[in-house]
Amino acid sequence: MGDHRARPGRLKRIAHSVGLKLIRDPAGAVVRFLERGAPGRLLLRLIRSLVRWFRSVRWRSWSFVAPALLLIGFFLVYPTVVTIARSFFGRGIDLFGPNVEFVGLTNWKYVFTSPIMLTALRNNALWAVLFTGCTVGFGLVLAVMLDRVKYEKFVKSIIFIPAAISGVGVAVIWKFVYAFRPAHIDQIGILNAIVVALGGQPVGWLLERPWVNNILLIVVGIWMWTGFCMVILSAAYKNIPKPLLEAARIDGANEWRVFRNIILPLLAPTAAVVATTMVVQVLKIFDIIYVMTNGNFDTEVIANRMYKEAFLFNNYGRSSAIAVVLLILVVPFMIMNIRRFAKQEGGR
Amino acid sequence: MAEVTLENVTKRFGDFTAVKELTMEIEDGKFTVLVGPSGCGKTTTLRMVAGLEEITEGDIKIGERVVNRVPPKDRDIAMVFQNYALYPHMDVFNNMAFGLKLRKTPKAQIRERVHEAADLLGITDKLKSKPRELSGGQRQRVAVGRAIVRNPKVFLFDEPLSNLDAKLRVQMRTELEQLHHKLQTTTIYVTHDQVEAMTLGDRIAVMKDGVVQQYAPPQETYDHPNNQFVAGFIGSPAMNLLPAQAASENGRTVLSSAGFRIALPEARSKQTLPSSVVLGVRPEDLDGPAPDAEGTITLTVSVTEQLGHSLLVYGNLDETQIVASLDPHRRVEIDSTIHLTVNLDTLHVFDPESQETLL
Repeated sequence: MGDHRARPGRLKRIAHSVGLKLIRDPAGAVVRFLERGAPGRLLLRLIRSLVRWFRSVRWRSWSFVAPALLLIGFFLVYPTVVTIARSFFGRGIDLFGPNVEFVGLTNWKYVFTSPIMLTALRNNALWAVLFTGCTVGFGLVLAVMLDRVKYEKFVKSIIFIPAAISGVGVAVIWKFVYAFRPAHIDQIGILNAIVVALGGQPVGWLLERPWVNNILLIVVGIWMWTGFCMVILSAAYKNIPKPLLEAARIDGANEWRVFRNIILPLLAPTAAVVATTMVVQVLKIFDIIYVMTNGNFDTEVIANRMYKEAFLFNNYGRSSAIAVVLLILVVPFMIMNIRRFAKQEGGR
Repeated sequence: MAEVTLENVTKRFGDFTAVKELTMEIEDGKFTVLVGPSGCGKTTTLRMVAGLEEITEGDIKIGERVVNRVPPKDRDIAMVFQNYALYPHMDVFNNMAFGLKLRKTPKAQIRERVHEAADLLGITDKLKSKPRELSGGQRQRVAVGRAIVRNPKVFLFDEPLSNLDAKLRVQMRTELEQLHHKLQTTTIYVTHDQVEAMTLGDRIAVMKDGVVQQYAPPQETYDHPNNQFVAGFIGSPAMNLLPAQAASENGRTVLSSAGFRIALPEARSKQTLPSSVVLGVRPEDLDGPAPDAEGTITLTVSVTEQLGHSLLVYGNLDETQIVASLDPHRRVEIDSTIHLTVNLDTLHVFDPESQETLL
């Protein structure tokens, strides 16, 4: 400012040479200049819509979402699309290398007709029913019964511990439990030790196909996950106002009716969430099978097969098809969980 | 219907004794209120009658039957909880019908009984609603309805009105009164609100520290409190309690302190009073203008509260606050000095040591 006042003559000269209007209203001057011709007007429209875009709330909200979208796109959407595409191509480690040929529905035919995949699908179904039923069922019973035990926290911690061990560790532990030695050697597995001590012949527990070994593997899973179900259901149980149960008792309900008519309906939403979580757990069950039987003796499961096809047999095509099957199976349960979660949150 | 008898009932939680050797007879068809400050054992007593709390010592009888070891479901009682305890997953009809269903009552009869109760309580149009869709007052009605459909021997109420707003509380109070008048079922009602106790109870049991201080009709607890605690607890505003010296002059008892000198008439005098006592005067017994009457208290007014039906006047006497309930049309200025005439017939004298009533 001081500069201007000191030499007003120079300012005046510049104003006259460039145009007074440009000094007073530079934007207006530029706009009027551009409006003289068609290309200028086009440029003007482009600039205006850009300005509007940058001023809009939408641009700001997108800018917040963008990093997450980029990450999800890169790490989730892109691999999913590629996996689906890859399932129509043949053997090989490369994704779409020169040695990889298009094979149409061959991999899909394998997934739904080959004996080993049918075994895997059957076993996963068996897991889904037994494992989910038992983990949620036992978890529920434990949650309600342990509420009355004096050393509740201690007992619950003990039952929860398996959920804190890695799946491989659990599998190794139970491999010992089921261990089998010929009859004339000392049994190192506790199960066979008991059988022998009672005068029986040792049993190859994990060789007894197809029911004994599968069910014993499922038992391992139940042992591992019951604690988890119990903890969540126990929290939900403790959320039920106690006067509700007292009111039912005074209304004439015995303990079974209190459980059946009050506790169970009130725990049902939580139990459903836990059950769907367990079904998802079943669909991707891998570690126990991989370590204990590696899918031999009719104990194959979908995820283990997927691993084998990809990393043992270098057949990415088949492996991709199996992965897509897993994805499709898991989707309905995910939707159920998300819906219920949204409903719960909406209710707040 | 049945009477409820408690004989030397004691309840201990670890080292803490919640109820101490309580003996009480609750008459058939009567409305009995257990009242007292929180932690006095009133709710524990109720829960023991309900069977929700085990009895440490003593016996509880419903009718002729000792119910110490009888589970709640077989006691033929109904209870209304403070937070209503309605089953959130059932509609109003099923909330009320649940107890009847458990007793395998025929369906037609269930419908009839539930509708009858709903009519009585004015919730017929809500039978299909879930509890969360109802207002507090409606929930309370459903809770009461759930209790009355079963036609039990005894009703138990655990502070049923404390979650309602003031206006609704008064309304529900009168409704409960009408209901009891109609049904004539033995009722035990727990509250910390002495107004509820006074208005609802045929008899009220004032409790403190697990011990019943007085078990009497409401008017009696008001007119003749057993001890200083009952005197201070019953009545609102509370009774004024003033330390005083007692002496005998010409056969008349004289109570005095720095601010007053009250000579009792011979008929109410007593020779055996200890020298230091506590004088108890209800605010409404201080309403006399005459400065020359036998007993006056002189007070400098600090606060006045106009209630319409009475005028409350507060002032200090030797660091003890006094409240008087006066004629609302009387004009009293703050900082002015007024003379309050004590009603000599209704004043109380307590022993400062034992807190028992002496006079």
